[in-house]
Order: sequence, then structure tokens, then C-alpha cells
Amino acid sequence: MDLAELERKLIAAARRNPPSEQVPHTFEQRLLARLRACPVPDHWALWSQALWRAAAPCVGVMLLLGAWWWFSPARNLPANDLSQEFERTVLAAAEQEPPPDLSR
Amino acid sequence: MERTDADLIAAVLRGDTASFGPLVGKYSPRLFATARRYARRESEVEDIVQEVWVKAFQKLRTFRAEAPFEHWLMRLAVRTCYDFLRGHQRSREAAFSDLSAPEGDWLERFVSQPAPAGEQAEAARQLVGRVLEQLPPPARLVINLLEIEERSVKEIASLTGWSVPLVKVRAFRARAEMRRILAKMAKEKYL
Repeated sequence: MDLAELERKLIAAARRNPPSEQVPHTFEQRLLARLRACPVPDHWALWSQALWRAAAPCVGVMLLLGAWWWFSPARNLPANDLSQEFERTVLAAAEQEPPPDLSR
Repeated sequence: MERTDADLIAAVLRGDTASFGPLVGKYSPRLFATARRYARRESEVEDIVQEVWVKAFQKLRTFRAEAPFEHWLMRLAVRTCYDFLRGHQRSREAAFSDLSAPEGDWLERFVSQPAPAGEQAEAARQLVGRVLEQLPPPARLVINLLEIEERSVKEIASLTGWSVPLVKVRAFRARAEMRRILAKMAKEKYL
């Protein structure tokens, strides 16, 4: 069988028989009714809706973090603990450096 | 005086949904013909066209009147048809043993005498449909646009959103795949 010729003939048949352009009865009316029922989306409304939806999980995360901080044992340490640690870390390098040789 | 597409679009954007009606009436025949190339059942065809119009209505603000409305609409239609093909990939390996009687007869006539097997025959058209149904979605789309609708590679790139080299690669693969399917059909039927 000549496959190239078969392909050519089939393609030619498809070209010569385009599909029908017939539109179903009352299609336009049904479509317009549907479009009236679903108006054009307002992007600002969608954005604010998304923000409202995100608010609940954010509050949840905030409460969890708050509870974690409240019940954490680190909370019982003295308040200046962090500042002292910070100071010690910053000054550690300076304390370890040998004093400058002033004799030269 | 008849309102132009631009007048109708402007009216729709001002909130007059009824002005969308004349656009629907004018371009629906073309959209139905396009959708019928990709879907067989009438209910599917109607769903595709309806989806195209809903998208057009919702995205009308993004239409820049640099090109005719019809071109913009056809881009939406082709992309919707492609999404439909990807979403409805049936078992493409349907055997050719279940060719209908007219399709089988047409093929028999072609084998015995290639020249007289009428190209216009309805059976030939159905046979093409059967072959195209076995192609993967990109191949089916590109064969339809390039070979059957005889569009240029550049036009196809604009309609599909693919680059020109991608269209060429997909066309090459699609033709090879189509030949493979035809060879399989011939083998199944005559060996």
C-alpha cells in the first residue's frame, strides 16, 4: 500500500469536507443568559477576598507562636540574658586579641 | 447602521451585556466549525464554544484592538480546543479492526485502485477523523492547522502561543506519527 498516497488522499478528503458551521438553536440566548448570571470578575474584590481568607491562618500562626513563647522555659530566664549574651559574643574577639606592642 | 465590533466591545465593557449578542451571532458559526474539528460529540462541541465565549467575555478588557477581534477570538478558541484535547485523551490505541463498513470499503477501494478512491467520500473523512483521534494532542492540533486548514507556521505560532521552531518540530513529529498510524492500520488490515 502506498502510504504517502493514502495520507495525501485522506488529508485532501479532510480539506474538501470542512466541518459544519451550524449553530444549535437558541445557543446565543442560552449563552447570554449564562453570561448575565456570571458577571465580569472584579479583580479588587478577588484580591480582598484572598486577603480575608489568608487572615484566619495568619491569626492561627500568631496564636501558636504566642502560646509557644508563653509556655517556653526560656521565658523564665532573666530579661537581660539576651543582651548580656550578645555583648559577650561581640566582645569575645576583642578580649582574645593580644595587646598591641607599643615598644616599636 | 450596523455597529462595528469595536462599538460592540466598547458597549460590553461599559456594562451592556446585550451588546455581546451580535458578536456571538457573528462569530459562533466559525467557532462551531473549529470545535467540530477536535470534538466528536455535539455536547462536547457546544461546551467548547461556550467556554470560548465565557473566556472572551471575561477577558474582553485584555483585548487590544491592534488586531481584529476575530483573530483574538480564534486564539482563544484554538487554545481552548487544545486544552480540551489534553483533558480528554481517550485510549488512543483504539484498534483499526473496528473500522466501520464504509471506511473499510473506502480503504479496500484505495488498495485495489488508488486513483479512483474518491477523495470527497464521507468514509474518507471519517477515516481521517479516526486517524487524527489516535494522535497525541499537540500532533493533532498541528496537523489540523497546518495540513487541513493550510495555515502558515507563523500563524500557528501566533494561534497556539508556541514558538516557530517548536511548531516546526511538532509538525515534523506529527507527520511521522501519522505515517506510523497509517502503517499500523495497513498492517492490521492487510497482513
